[in-house]
Amino acid sequence: MIKTDVVIIGAGPTGLFCAHQLGIIGLKCEIIDNLDKAGGQCIELYPDKPIYDIPAIPECTGEELTNNLLKQIDTFKFKIHLNQRVEKISKEGSNWKLTTSSKNEFLSPNIVIAGGVGSFEPRRFSIKECEKFENNSIFYSVKDKSIFNDKIVAIFGGGDSALDWAIELSKNSKVILVHRRDDFRGASSSVEKVKQLQKDNKLELFTKFQLSKISGEIKLENIEIKHDDGEAKTFKIDYLLGFFGLIMQLGPILEWGLNIDKKTIPVNTESFETSQKGIFAIGDICSYPGKLKLILSGFHEGALAARGCFKYARPNEKLRFEFTTTSKVIRERLGKSN
Amino acid sequence: MAKITYVEHNGKSHTIDVENGLTVMEGAIQNNVPGIDADCGGSMACATCHVYVKEDWFNIVPSKTEGEDDMLDQAYEPKKYSRLSCQLLVSDELDGLIVNLPEKQI
Repeated sequence: MIKTDVVIIGAGPTGLFCAHQLGIIGLKCEIIDNLDKAGGQCIELYPDKPIYDIPAIPECTGEELTNNLLKQIDTFKFKIHLNQRVEKISKEGSNWKLTTSSKNEFLSPNIVIAGGVGSFEPRRFSIKECEKFENNSIFYSVKDKSIFNDKIVAIFGGGDSALDWAIELSKNSKVILVHRRDDFRGASSSVEKVKQLQKDNKLELFTKFQLSKISGEIKLENIEIKHDDGEAKTFKIDYLLGFFGLIMQLGPILEWGLNIDKKTIPVNTESFETSQKGIFAIGDICSYPGKLKLILSGFHEGALAARGCFKYARPNEKLRFEFTTTSKVIRERLGKSN
Repeated sequence: MAKITYVEHNGKSHTIDVENGLTVMEGAIQNNVPGIDADCGGSMACATCHVYVKEDWFNIVPSKTEGEDDMLDQAYEPKKYSRLSCQLLVSDELDGLIVNLPEKQI
């Protein structure tokens, strides 16, 4: 069980800057995120795309912004726990206990939910029966590619994951690549490679087709795909892989006893506390009159939530307002010598 | 101003007067039409305002810009006449537009 002053759920820009503000006022925090890296939507949705509305930064990419935010909090040595989702929250005296999907436990008087629009999860096939075969013969990521050797694998999707795995698996498997349109959003070099493999009969490619039916007993056996114009084709296959990108789902947050309004959590704009004492919400996930879903709003919200956490983390102390430029104490916290 | 009809997956339809300059997505959100989530707020960074434009309207609505199809790849059950409603700017020309909503957005 890890004890700390604040647990931040979500390592996007808002969560990371809130951590900075906590460090400045002398509190400790632990950060949890379901992705395999920090950055949230910035890193998952637009790592290479330019952002033009960060104050005093005329232009930067999602990845640059993330790296700078990480650099800004590096001095505090806060731990970021990746690849895990907070599943459960319960009250323990004056603390909250959090349990993650990796069975890590945290105890803290404060939780800051900086969860964006929810945790990222793979978009799944919409056909209901697919659930039955998930992690058996239907996968949304590849952990051990050797299971596909000498098998027939149907891959669906048009991004880099779909293309890269089609190219890779075509070496040792029979690959059928299916995409809903003629254009791919993955790298053009990969698209060319896939088309070359198709010419060389190393891979079958079907565009403007989508999955329409599946069947099988214990494992998946057959799939049917349907063209936009109605033409259907059936294949006998061993494995089905879907790479449709990630969607954001609130998931367990809905079960934490918080008021939820249209997938957002109402907060007061003084400290960004929710209807539950010691639980704060900042960034895209919070709502209040005039809310703007901008990164800069998240920074402001994080700064105020950090101060809101102070009273529960240090009930016997008074928080003094100080500037980083003139406070000796803050400079010491930042590891600056003078 | 344009009269826009949103047809939910269960067949229930909502006809709304939407002001020019708003998007088809905003017309739904501001009038509490269920079935359009618009998680990202209309910045083409998600696919939760996905609609099926009625076939005869498909060539009349503003055409897709770069990136919209990439997001639609990630939508729930994208089809031939799929669009992101946040990219459909309302004008007088869209008076009478009908959009069908998917079974769900996420």
